[in-house]
Amino acid sequence: MLRYTLTRTGSLLISLIVASLVIFFTLEVVPGDPASFMLGINAQPETIAALREELGLNQSPWARYLSWITDLVQGDLGTSYTYRSPVSEIVAERLVISLPLAAYALALTILIAFPVGIWAATRRGSFADISVMGGTQLGIAIPNFWFAMLMVLVFAINLRWFSAGGFPGWDEGFWVSIKALTLPAISLALPQASILARVMRSSLLDTLDEDYIRTARAKGLTKGQALRGHALRNALIPVLTIIGLQFSFLLAGAIIIENVFFLPGLGRLVFQAISQRDLIVVESVVMLLVFAVIMVNFLVDLAYSWVDPRLRGRR
Amino acid sequence: MNLLQIKDLDLDIHGTPILKGVSLEIGEGEIHGVIGESGSGKSMTALSVMQLLPEGSACRGEIHLDGMSVLEASEPDLCRMRGDAVGMVFQEPMTALNPLQTIGAQVAETIRIHEDVSQAEAMARAGEVLRRCELPPEDFPLRRYPHELSGGQRQRVVIAIAIALRPKLLIADEPTTALDVTTQAEILQLIQQLVREDGMSVMFITHDLAVVTGLADRISIMRHGEVVEQGDGASLHRSMTHPYTKALFAASSHQPERAGQRAETPLLKVDALVRSYPAARRSLFGKGERFRAVDGVSFEIKKGESVGLVGESGCGKSTLTRAILGLEAAQEGSIHLDGAQVLAGGQASAEVRRKMQVVFQDPYGSFNPRHKVARLVAEPFHLLGRKATEAEIDEALTSVGLTSGDKFKYIHEFSGGQRQRIAIARALIIKPELIILDEAVSALDVSIRAQILDLLADLSDTFGLTYLFISHDLSVVRAITDRVLVMKQGKIVEQGPSEALFSNPQHPYTQTLIEAVPVLPDADISQVETT
Repeated sequence: MLRYTLTRTGSLLISLIVASLVIFFTLEVVPGDPASFMLGINAQPETIAALREELGLNQSPWARYLSWITDLVQGDLGTSYTYRSPVSEIVAERLVISLPLAAYALALTILIAFPVGIWAATRRGSFADISVMGGTQLGIAIPNFWFAMLMVLVFAINLRWFSAGGFPGWDEGFWVSIKALTLPAISLALPQASILARVMRSSLLDTLDEDYIRTARAKGLTKGQALRGHALRNALIPVLTIIGLQFSFLLAGAIIIENVFFLPGLGRLVFQAISQRDLIVVESVVMLLVFAVIMVNFLVDLAYSWVDPRLRGRR
Repeated sequence: MNLLQIKDLDLDIHGTPILKGVSLEIGEGEIHGVIGESGSGKSMTALSVMQLLPEGSACRGEIHLDGMSVLEASEPDLCRMRGDAVGMVFQEPMTALNPLQTIGAQVAETIRIHEDVSQAEAMARAGEVLRRCELPPEDFPLRRYPHELSGGQRQRVVIAIAIALRPKLLIADEPTTALDVTTQAEILQLIQQLVREDGMSVMFITHDLAVVTGLADRISIMRHGEVVEQGDGASLHRSMTHPYTKALFAASSHQPERAGQRAETPLLKVDALVRSYPAARRSLFGKGERFRAVDGVSFEIKKGESVGLVGESGCGKSTLTRAILGLEAAQEGSIHLDGAQVLAGGQASAEVRRKMQVVFQDPYGSFNPRHKVARLVAEPFHLLGRKATEAEIDEALTSVGLTSGDKFKYIHEFSGGQRQRIAIARALIIKPELIILDEAVSALDVSIRAQILDLLADLSDTFGLTYLFISHDLSVVRAITDRVLVMKQGKIVEQGPSEALFSNPQHPYTQTLIEAVPVLPDADISQVETT
């Protein structure tokens, strides 16, 4: 178990280093000079040159990469070119929305997908199973921004249960904030839950066909006991993979939903930073997302070994 | 009063009749062998007793177990019966255990479902049950997982699960079919010993007459969902009257007739071959040790000869086969076919490869299901650099007893025996010198197996083929080969002419192997009509 964790940690570090190199040097080749963007089209060449000097853009790419990465390791993300404030502050402001939103959406995804998937799997071929398969197909096909707008119409405009958008800030109270994130979270969760429910169903169906389920039934376990005691945990392995992918996606992929609900989240920040050539913000946020994705995959790997003793290596 | 009484049992699955009027009785302490080929309904009879049938099954008739009417019992009653009054052991020990739970927990579960005991007490009792099944907790701690055990050890765990509560009836469905002969002998001995100690009854399901004749008090022979004959285990081979029973006995000990026309020139020459793999490393930086799967093997096969290679799983048979076929390079030694090196410069030349072909165990798995038979059979022609002609495909198919019309069909349209014929046709079509038969008849029913063995013998006579016959089934090897090589842990421990080696084995390992093979009593099969 320890060795498994160590090798996983090693590959995690290597992934991070490679990712930072790719991110930094990709943005190097993107056209557009941050200094001229900040000063506008009418700026004097001398002013631009002075600003380039001040921002350190005249140094060699390697020197800037090294200073970026050493600062990054120390927690200093640098200063935004456009906002003129520390990137860490800007990102932190956005993260307090994006992170809870992703977690909320993922929790809903799991809460919907698990029961639905299990329910359908235990009734294979029945009307219930067929309706779940049809319903989840629809859930995947519907664009989530359209579904989001539909929910705004129904729950915000007609029923007035929720506000149509915006975020009051966590200072206004926990439940108020959670309420503001509810419609976005549901919109994000709908397609994800549909995917996960289908994965859960097919994984569980495969497991229920296994010989050891028959062994369990021959011991005298009821169908339900065999499902809970022997099938569920075995069926969890592919499901965990999908959950890991979904969390990473929800963290950064919420940009459209953030726009529909006027949420100042990470997705919008990246979008704005790219269009303004605020490279330092882009680099930091992308690096942060890469870090999150790699961390989530790392946790999923650890979860595998918790679920499956065969991965723990021989004693 | 019998413990188990099955009377006029009919079973339909989705309207298709599977069992037709099966009647069978098992007395207390009796071992009852149920024998039949695949599809005969023997497993379904067992699952009917457990009421663990697939969905869409409908049973009619009567099943009484120890005074309880199984077909009328409620599901909760059946759950109380399963595992307590009846235990069941299955064929495939590799998949019959939950890979995510310890063996202790899986045995203890049987106890905990049926009795109100604490987890600690259930575990302690599980340890005792495993000890009875010769897996003492000192050597096999209860916290072991199934993947840490061998196939035979796993089967002992499955047996421990089944007998944990000392059931009155044990149903064993092909419990030794997936095991090596020596392991099979050990498991059979264990079952007999447990029966003696607990006085339980056993329904022993198998396709192998030889396994059951030394074991069973009574035998039922099944075919097409019906019991065709019942008799005493000790005397059925003398008293049998039904033609199918006789045919089954005949097929089990079938000896194909071979002309045997051997030349003195060696066709295949394997010299001091070594193939090793990196073994699991103990430490992160330590020098990796190597596991020698094939360890200095030398032998020759002469033109027209049929040579058997026997050994238990993990002995290096498959690695050796792959090396001979040029699929993997060996580290040391050489392989020559008809005077030419098989692997020259890391690449098997088409010139050499076209002289040998292989037939595998699983005929279905070795065919692309989306291609028609004509294309499947013509596959080896890439070695000749030209396309097969229609006439060549027709000839290959007819020589294995199929018709030329079969080339337009897909592989799923054929039975297991026919698929193996197609595999042989594929091997034959480019007229190779050597055919390697890798467990080629192991998955077949005895009557089909007898036909395929006859076919192989005919083909060898007609085309002067040389066979390397790899199998764990010693009786088959004895029937079809001139000479046998016995392999153990990567080495050939004994070789010699088949008859001499089987009747007078020298090496202790060969002796153990041959002793472990269940022997069929000499049956009176004189009246069998040849069909």
